[in-house]
Amino acid sequence: MNVGLFIPCYVDQFYPGAAIATLQLLEKLGINVSYPKNQTCCGQPMANSGFEHLTGGCNELFIKNFAEFDYIVAPSGSCVLHIKEHLHSHEHENEAAGISSKIYELSSFLTDVLKVESLPSRFPFKVGVHQSCHGQRGLHLSQMSELVAPAFSKPDSLLRMVKGIEIVPLNRMDECCGFGGTFCVAEEAVSAKMGKDRVEDHLAHGAEFITGVDMSCLMHMEGILNRRGSKVKVIHLAEILNAY
Amino acid sequence: MHTETKDHAELATVFNKDEARVDWHDETLWWIRQKRDKAVNHLPEWELLRETASQIKDNVLSNLAGYLVQFEENAQRNGIVVHWAADAAEHNNIVLGLLHSKGITKMVKSKSMLTEECHLNESLENNGIEVIDSDLGERIVQLAKEPPSHIVLPCIHKKKEEIGDLFHLHLGTPAGNADPQFLTETARQHLRETFLTRRAALTGVNFAVAETGEFVVCTNEGNADMGAHLADIHIASMGIEKIIPKRKNLGVFLRLLTRSATGQPITTYSSHFSKPREGTEIHIIIVDNGRSKQLGREDFRNSLKCIRCGACMNTCPVYRRSGGHSYHNAISGPIGAILAPNLDMEKYADLPFASTLCGSCSNVCPVKIDIHQQLYKWRQVIVQNGYAPAGKKAAMKLMSLTLSSPAAYHMGGKAGRFVMKYAPFAVNNKLNPWYKQRDMPEPPKESFGEWYAKNRKA
Repeated sequence: MNVGLFIPCYVDQFYPGAAIATLQLLEKLGINVSYPKNQTCCGQPMANSGFEHLTGGCNELFIKNFAEFDYIVAPSGSCVLHIKEHLHSHEHENEAAGISSKIYELSSFLTDVLKVESLPSRFPFKVGVHQSCHGQRGLHLSQMSELVAPAFSKPDSLLRMVKGIEIVPLNRMDECCGFGGTFCVAEEAVSAKMGKDRVEDHLAHGAEFITGVDMSCLMHMEGILNRRGSKVKVIHLAEILNAY
Repeated sequence: MHTETKDHAELATVFNKDEARVDWHDETLWWIRQKRDKAVNHLPEWELLRETASQIKDNVLSNLAGYLVQFEENAQRNGIVVHWAADAAEHNNIVLGLLHSKGITKMVKSKSMLTEECHLNESLENNGIEVIDSDLGERIVQLAKEPPSHIVLPCIHKKKEEIGDLFHLHLGTPAGNADPQFLTETARQHLRETFLTRRAALTGVNFAVAETGEFVVCTNEGNADMGAHLADIHIASMGIEKIIPKRKNLGVFLRLLTRSATGQPITTYSSHFSKPREGTEIHIIIVDNGRSKQLGREDFRNSLKCIRCGACMNTCPVYRRSGGHSYHNAISGPIGAILAPNLDMEKYADLPFASTLCGSCSNVCPVKIDIHQQLYKWRQVIVQNGYAPAGKKAAMKLMSLTLSSPAAYHMGGKAGRFVMKYAPFAVNNKLNPWYKQRDMPEPPKESFGEWYAKNRKA
């Protein structure tokens, strides 16, 4: 199986550690992974701001970079959801539709495609799990607190394979962190307040790390944590699963 | 935005100046969300109920004209007078005409978001009619000369001490008394006099049953019944989308409505009005006011399935931290943000952007409106119609050009990280809204792409 590694633009630029962990983890699981070097962005920042009509260039580039792979895997729920819901092309609609059905967020690829049942990982810390909205409510990586339905969580089930980890409970298991793309600057007051409240929940329960499947939410909470001088760190799920 | 009033972000910034109050507002509404969760988890068939309600409403929207005519015929057969209003002005004129024809100058009104949408109180007061709102929360905001901040909990933004002050000023209660039971009793006595002396009562309509011509009004305080039973003329205002085909459908909707709204199993009073008592009149005003236009918008038509439970507001992390008034519209919160642009796209161009698109609203919606998907779609429509600020347009074009070209992206990324590392003052300043309350990420020494080129030679 040939897997194309899709690293969202802001992860590429600011969080290479999460990308390296994703690559190494997949390699350790025996997967043939390659990273098309001309990739940029899924187009979501424009689309969520109301400018989906300006995403044509990103779409064509994405199709060119990824159409050939059996699967496409990315360490981000949000960007994967955007591709699944909004990748279109006048000239290559078949390829676009194909990509939408074979692109996976990392934890769902590990759970649903590779059916991973154990990992050699070790991470002896107290960890708070942030459910990113697009991963949870968009890709259904975990059950949603609003619904009357049985509980499950793909990220949590993977984390439970990690030795030494202690997952801390939260008061609000799936409240948004307030990042929201351009919302974080356009609605600065509410966005920052949401971030502060979310971080507070993790801190109050003694988390030493906050993890999740989306670096964007984690970047937001990291900004809040660093501003208040907290020693608590954010860490992408891939980095915990890849840790010894 | 080109609005004269402040937009959502500005109003939310003002609301957030008092953080303790934001915390109180957030916790109060979250408590109601939790009550809702407890109530719905008692029903294993909850998701089936939602799906059933959604399908009934889909059927209604697809056959609306037929159901409305059926309802009119049956209501008329029952002796109810039916009026049709194309817009808010027509609705308000019909009410005024009815009151004038009876020589009535004072009216009692129970809760109706439609009359808020039509600005009925203001319109009647300008024509010499005194209106008293009989829902306690509505009465409180009426005394404060404010619009409701929530469709089910109109004064949820007010603390009990503030209500005590209002009652002291308007109803003569002792200064400093904020005991909820005492204040409620005061309101009760004050409203009792109103109910006994008003000859006209206006109510909203929660459900209008096509097969029987009856309508159902849900309240917790019994104020709609008190008003309607004592008045000579009962006027009921309803939007065209309030129709349900059959009486038995209430078995679905009444179970969903209050569990979603407040976590109660059912409203205290679910009153059926089917015909006037001897010597009295019932008039129904069926109002369009933009609804048929929304029905014609394929992406947004199912917003008309809304039964006004307010669950999307209680769960919305943005609403809880910005307050209902920040939406500057009669209907606030996520549902307001997808209904308002239909009425005035320019004035409400900001509302679909007042969301992180987290999707919690769509999950609590008892009739399964895809609220967050519609917020996304409204953003596209608003930009396409030219209501995006010029600066944002320019920034988005530049972003699109950069991200469409790997060379420009790699150069831009490198330059950006270089600036952050060696000239952090360029981003760590008050012109950067991110930096106001959050630190910038630490720029790494190389991007993943650069690392990969060095470490995974093909």
